[in-house]
Amino acid sequence: MEADTVKMAEQKSPSALNILLRELYRDKLALVSLIFVLLITSFVFGVSIFLNQDEIVTVDLFSINAPPSDQFILGTDYGGRDVFGQLIIGTRNSLAIGILVTLISGIFGVAYGVVSGYFGGHIDNVLMRVIDFFMVLPFLMIIIVFVSMTPSYSVISFSLIMATFSWMGIARLIRSKALQEKELDYAQASKTLGTSRFNIIFKQVLPNITSLIIVTMTLNLAANIGLESGLSFLGFGFPEDTPSLGTLLSYARNPQTLEFRWWIWAPAAILILLLMLSVRNVGEALRRAADARQRRG
Amino acid sequence: MWKFIVRRLLITFPQIVFLSVLVFVMAQFMPGDALTGLIDPNVSPEALEIQRERLGLNNPWYVQYGDWVGGLVQGDLGQSFRFKMDVTALISERVMNTILLSAVSLFFTYIIAIPLGIVSGRYNDSPLDSFITGYSYLGFATPIFIFALVMLWVFGFILGWFPTSGSVAPGLDAGTVEYYISKLYHSLLPGLSIALISVVSTIQYLRSEIVDTKQRDFIVTARAKGASENRVYNKHIFRNSLLPIAAFFGWEITSLISGTVFVESVFSYPGMGLLFLESVTQRDFSVVTALVLLFGIASILGALLSDIILSIVDPRIRIK
Repeated sequence: MEADTVKMAEQKSPSALNILLRELYRDKLALVSLIFVLLITSFVFGVSIFLNQDEIVTVDLFSINAPPSDQFILGTDYGGRDVFGQLIIGTRNSLAIGILVTLISGIFGVAYGVVSGYFGGHIDNVLMRVIDFFMVLPFLMIIIVFVSMTPSYSVISFSLIMATFSWMGIARLIRSKALQEKELDYAQASKTLGTSRFNIIFKQVLPNITSLIIVTMTLNLAANIGLESGLSFLGFGFPEDTPSLGTLLSYARNPQTLEFRWWIWAPAAILILLLMLSVRNVGEALRRAADARQRRG
Repeated sequence: MWKFIVRRLLITFPQIVFLSVLVFVMAQFMPGDALTGLIDPNVSPEALEIQRERLGLNNPWYVQYGDWVGGLVQGDLGQSFRFKMDVTALISERVMNTILLSAVSLFFTYIIAIPLGIVSGRYNDSPLDSFITGYSYLGFATPIFIFALVMLWVFGFILGWFPTSGSVAPGLDAGTVEYYISKLYHSLLPGLSIALISVVSTIQYLRSEIVDTKQRDFIVTARAKGASENRVYNKHIFRNSLLPIAAFFGWEITSLISGTVFVESVFSYPGMGLLFLESVTQRDFSVVTALVLLFGIASILGALLSDIILSIVDPRIRIK
């Protein structure tokens, strides 16, 4: 801690990462949220190494819809499968796909936005009309149609389909930032010196908008976890032998389960809520950190 | 202003064309064609081929696309093989339910959001405001289907205040007063579920608008003239903040669409969203394409409506 302080004093101004961490430390709620997300993540990824997914999703007719007991901490579902084990594997799958989709859509969206914003003019105009078009699509229904049509359906194709319809928001944001950034002296100076456009865009402008990218991707992660669980809830996400948090919730579409067997769906519902809320908390704290006027510390 | 509206309309037209191409391409990739559901297994492949030729299914794609659009314009959306009826007739059976649900949820959204937004903006940083802001914070993070499930569980099953599925009680004749009351009653809980989640963005927008407007010169002037606090808020500030809210109406349609898909599924409410989900599961693809197209056009027109209202309300948009 002390060494950190000395190091920070030596620098002219704290680095972006330092500011982010300092803001997180000042905002106790966000700090608690971050610790919660990290704990859950390491817990589910750690424990699921020792869990046998095939064993958990195997139907056991002798213990159908068992309420919580010593043998099954959270009871079993209509196939006699352990809910607690499904919850852990489901959380892992939901988190993994959320992160994957956020990364794919984020990388594409950032590249798209930064190019559109930097070039401006006609290129920008055309690229923005494409975004306008994507924005008004009823994306939920189109994702569902693609999911049901894909012949070799897998986790990768699922994330690609989701990413195809969720890159527009970040692209728009990055574009407007890049539009401002390219007018600044450093970018203009580089241009005068003859630096290639590629280098200006990706080596100079891009690093300067990193904080905005991190903030947006964190908030997107929360949204994507929600979207994935929603799709699995409707039956168009993961197949049943690869449970996600939404799969557990989808059992509640059976009125009997919803009314009498809370142990199947309520833990997953609470976990999704807590995860989304925590990730959003962290994202909001990062947003404040990225904007000097809103910083708390 | 007219220049803006015309330009905006010019963008809308290619949007609808692109949408129709996208939906058409999607339909081409779907397994089966217009004949799949109708065919008697005893018909020989040669006879089938003749039928295909007659219906133009062997034509190049651009001719087929032309035929398809021609049919659409005349209201011909194809045949549903599951229900053995015209898709147009099938959808018109369900469309009223979804419109009712959307109307109920919009009504609740504005009736809840506007007072809360005003209170939150007028008394900003008071405990009441922190409570409302806290609620919207939670609402932003809550997926609508989880909220709808909890609503159904609490008010439908545990308390038993509302029906838990369907859009009307069985055994009522269409057209009677009881029938309409029952319809409305069935749409209340699903509508409220959408509304309580979708209020949060309107509340937050109204709040920041009011907090912003509070410090403007014309408000200071109004106070200096001796207008009462209530008059300042209700006449001067509220009027200024309300118009952008009205403009959001069109964009609400897009979010309403995904909202109704989830909520209709949770409440087994027989609207277009549930019809869509059933048709995808049953691979009744002519219904699926028609619904994607209709919902797409609805959200394109919604965005158009919002942009036009906004351009009338806010001159800065027009100049851009």
